[in-house]
Amino acid sequence: MTLFDYPFMINALRAGTIVAVVSGAMGWFMVLRRQTFAGHTLSLVGFPGAAGAILLGLAPAFGYFGFCIAAGVIIAMASPPVGSALYSEESAVIGSVQAFSLACGFLFVNLYHGNLNGLTNLLFGSFLGITNGQVVSLLAVAVPALVALGLIVRPLLFASVDPEVAAAAGIPVRLLAVIFLLLLGAAAAEASQITGSLLVFALLVLPPATAHVITGRPLLGIALSVVLAVAVTWAGSVMAYYTPYPTGAFITTLSFAAYVAVRGIRVLNARARKGPVPMREALT
Amino acid sequence: MKPAGVVSDTVSTSNEVIHARGASVRFGDRLLWSGVDLHIGPGTFTAILGPNGAGKSTLLKVLLGLQPLASGTVDVLGAPAGAARRRIGYVPQRGAFDRTLRIRGLDVVRLGLDGSRWGLPLSALRARRTREAVAEVVNLVGATQYASRPIGGLSGGEQQRLVVAQALVRRPELLLLDEPLDSLDLANQAAVAALVQRICRERGVTVVMVAHDVNPILQFLDEVVYVARGKAVVGAPNEVITTQTLSALYGARVEVLRASDGRLVVVGTPEAPALHADRHAG
Repeated sequence: MTLFDYPFMINALRAGTIVAVVSGAMGWFMVLRRQTFAGHTLSLVGFPGAAGAILLGLAPAFGYFGFCIAAGVIIAMASPPVGSALYSEESAVIGSVQAFSLACGFLFVNLYHGNLNGLTNLLFGSFLGITNGQVVSLLAVAVPALVALGLIVRPLLFASVDPEVAAAAGIPVRLLAVIFLLLLGAAAAEASQITGSLLVFALLVLPPATAHVITGRPLLGIALSVVLAVAVTWAGSVMAYYTPYPTGAFITTLSFAAYVAVRGIRVLNARARKGPVPMREALT
Repeated sequence: MKPAGVVSDTVSTSNEVIHARGASVRFGDRLLWSGVDLHIGPGTFTAILGPNGAGKSTLLKVLLGLQPLASGTVDVLGAPAGAARRRIGYVPQRGAFDRTLRIRGLDVVRLGLDGSRWGLPLSALRARRTREAVAEVVNLVGATQYASRPIGGLSGGEQQRLVVAQALVRRPELLLLDEPLDSLDLANQAAVAALVQRICRERGVTVVMVAHDVNPILQFLDEVVYVARGKAVVGAPNEVITTQTLSALYGARVEVLRASDGRLVVVGTPEAPALHADRHAG
């Protein structure tokens, strides 16, 4: 039997692909906008959300989406207005949200009489045992989120790269910031259900950051980020199938290796350019 | 917004690109400046000068329709300020792009053309036109050689040329620049000033530039708006930047000296203490 003969593997790959596509696309903008800390917090708040939902007898998905999207709104409200030169307290607000949400998650798990196996799943994910219903619910969030991103992709790029000029051109920069954090919250909530709250970054930061190193073309970068995220998800799932080790560890290791490799190649190329013949430097 | 009839009444008298009457701006209970009259014709190069905090950038924001007036009227390109925003190119005052920003210069320029469009860029025909328009304007500002590199790694002068290209890519009739020479070395100041002058003359684009130092652009200017102490004087550079005019404007003895190389130096402006106070307040 091949691995495609097992329904649990099929569903793991389906869910992983959906999550990877959403994370790759949203993560590219998150890295561009230097909102990695916000993304980190949005991922972590999924943990108390899910723990709270389980405590109340609800499906964890409600907790993931409810908490991640609420946190997105709070962070958006704390972000500074366009063109303000002063440092904002945004990161302090994000840090506060993160600390409090982790404490809530810890409390909820304790109130649930500490099911340790469940805790591991919340933090590090569970690729196996994904039901058809879960795949459908992931898709139901992923499709509208990607359509929304497609609609705002160019104004969001403008507002991210050049907020003042974008505002002068009539683009609602602040509204886009709020919408983007909501989309990022949705992406984090999706990914948390598969990778767990702690390994969301394997898909939300590493493939996009790798794509940013490889290309400065926006649409190509987003596409590359998505392809990388899907590739590591598939490769990680297959590797986990043939070994006794967890999927999340493989996905993260592969993403990290790809990132280190492209950074390394870039450093070597820069060295090579600055090498014995500094013609390029002299000319530019 | 004013009714259309009122607009055509005010504009039919001339073909002025900018027409302001009795304009004033108020921040809270502080009157920034008042009674400003402007008549700026097409294809001219105008500088807005004055000490820090006098409201030079605010005047540009009024022209863009981003800053409401406390009194008076401003028409830009035959419509109330803000209504013709798509026909205006704007370069705000800013620092350099983040060094690690990996977006190409070409893509930053392109945002000026299609950055405010919603939806995905799906039409191949439009994509080709966009590429051609971007390549043309990048060539115009002389940035072709480095435009496909990430903009964060470029020098200040190279970034400024690309930013000017971004403002020009829509072929605006009016170009508003806020201290574009500010963070550049002298050679780049001269080069960017000459570039702006060339765009003004060859393309017939009306240029209004806020400047801290008039000297890099002095030889190119048709008109000067000097803002200080809540007022503005408007006129040809050799009429405005004089000991008499500026002394009257500042209400204090100010001297304009001409160096042997033609550079103008304004001495005795009572700006230093005000600047100091502003920094603490701001």
